[in-house]
Amino acid sequence: MSDPTIRVAERVELLAAETSEGAQGLQARRVTDTDELGREVGAVLRTSGLTLDPNDVDFDRRDDETMIINMGPAHPSTHGVLRLMLELDGEFVLRTKPVIGYLHTGMEKTGEVLSYVQGGTNVTRMDYVSPISNELGYSMAVEKLLNIEVPDRAIWIRMMMAELNRVASHLVWLATNGMDLGATSMMIYGFRERELVLAFFEKTAGLRMNLNYVRPGGVAADLPDGWEDDVLVICDTIYERTFEYDELLTGQPIFRGRMIGVAPITAEEALALGVTGPLLRSTGVPWDLRRSMPYLAYDEVDFDVIVGTFGDNFDRYAIRLNEIRESVRIVRQCIEKMPSGDYRSQDPKVTPPPRARIDESMEALIHHFKLFTEGFHVPAGEVYSAIESPRGELGCYLVADGGPKPYRIHVRAPSFVNMQAVPLLMRGGSVSDAITVISSVDPIMGEVDR
Amino acid sequence: MIPLPLTAPPGVVTADVLASDLGCFPTLEEYVPLVSAFKDDGFEMCVDLCGVDYLEHLDRPMPDFVIPTRFEIVVNLLSLSKKQRVRIRVQAGNNDPTVDTLFDLYPGTEAMEREAFDLYGVLFNGHPDLTRILMPEDWEGHPLRKDYAVGKIPVQFKEAPGPR
Repeated sequence: MSDPTIRVAERVELLAAETSEGAQGLQARRVTDTDELGREVGAVLRTSGLTLDPNDVDFDRRDDETMIINMGPAHPSTHGVLRLMLELDGEFVLRTKPVIGYLHTGMEKTGEVLSYVQGGTNVTRMDYVSPISNELGYSMAVEKLLNIEVPDRAIWIRMMMAELNRVASHLVWLATNGMDLGATSMMIYGFRERELVLAFFEKTAGLRMNLNYVRPGGVAADLPDGWEDDVLVICDTIYERTFEYDELLTGQPIFRGRMIGVAPITAEEALALGVTGPLLRSTGVPWDLRRSMPYLAYDEVDFDVIVGTFGDNFDRYAIRLNEIRESVRIVRQCIEKMPSGDYRSQDPKVTPPPRARIDESMEALIHHFKLFTEGFHVPAGEVYSAIESPRGELGCYLVADGGPKPYRIHVRAPSFVNMQAVPLLMRGGSVSDAITVISSVDPIMGEVDR
Repeated sequence: MIPLPLTAPPGVVTADVLASDLGCFPTLEEYVPLVSAFKDDGFEMCVDLCGVDYLEHLDRPMPDFVIPTRFEIVVNLLSLSKKQRVRIRVQAGNNDPTVDTLFDLYPGTEAMEREAFDLYGVLFNGHPDLTRILMPEDWEGHPLRKDYAVGKIPVQFKEAPGPR
């Protein structure tokens, strides 16, 4: 005990100092003023700013009646390194504050020192469950600035890969959500089916995750020979198995009991908080960028936007399950309509010369070398391009100064914004519901912290 | 290009920036009234708010009557009913950048403003909880500023035990 650096349970003050978040954490009631307390309780909602309903907030409660506990950052159901500070009254949650930043690796700063060619490898690691969405958002922003056309085939390949990725991402969600609720078989099945998609990604792009497949100007490689058969097998298998999930989860009384009516959110609240994706659609707002502001070729395929009614956990589950079916539908149309042609733009500005040309032409070699060392220059300007990732609107705000590296790259991560709905959804629920709430918001911490 | 809402404060400079977004360049005083006018005009959601540090491009081209400053706050609003986006770029100042918070209009900007504060040191007047969000509370400096060198500070762990 003489050594002050030894950390043992008896040295409570040291342990407390070690885990304290300072001002970022949830503060005790005695040091929180009324407005702040109301905000944290969620009564601030939130139609015209700070409208506090005094009947809604229990100001008289004292600190010794409640308990602030930590959930995470190493809790298995926090899907990574999310730390939630919960104020509990018995088993019920009064206040919640997410503490994030545990996975902050400064990717936006890193993006400023990487060229536009290298940028894809950086952004693809943000939302590591749906890397294609990140690359797509980034590539579309760069292409907007460059003002180049992408060939038809590249557009359709991108769309197909993005939808396959959506399937994979929702399958991971179904799997982990099942795990959180104790439906451990779903964990196995979800990951088993996702493996089909990842195997196809590996065959196409060479990697299972963090593909860097979608690049400014097109995609990295053409689809492999016989891809139609592979993708058809994926479509058939997964579509069929979504009905097995129905049997496994949708009708199961325990699952329904824990999902239906739990953690509802209204459309008004969701809009005020900037929430997008399945969370927003579960409230009945039919907002899907693929339909509302079409990009790629989404206006040429048939699909339904799945919308919920009650905004509860079960709606969010049903939306994601049905979005798998809709994505499979889009992928099938992609197989049918896949145009022939180039898989990347032939604009020499962004595309390296073919390998055979490098052997015979010095200029081609220099061009290739310049493209991968210095990178291409992008005209000065700023652009915001948004796509619908499995989690919501994924935007990329890019500022270019005419050089080969972005001056500023900001990614509007849907999970980061959706995280703000957590305190509201948790409020008044029990601790066991807290786990389903985190799960149904579907945060990917790599994207939250960037 | 979409016109400004009628209730917008007079004299706001606008310009076509890129794509189909309307770019507005309000002054610090016009900023919140302008956003408020857009909100009344049907822009239900504040999609994005981020900072930019133009240290190396203080003389960047701007529409007339806009004086570029080092820090800029960029706000992207979205109208679900009209399917339109609008981008608002407010010049936040050179030293001690400060702008008013949008929290009262769009509570969803809370985390985004905290992020801009954390990474750029832009202060938001009236923000209910302006603490760091991504960096540790005791971090020094604002990492996304252009004069903040990459890798300047070694990885910090609180009271990490020394080498054995």
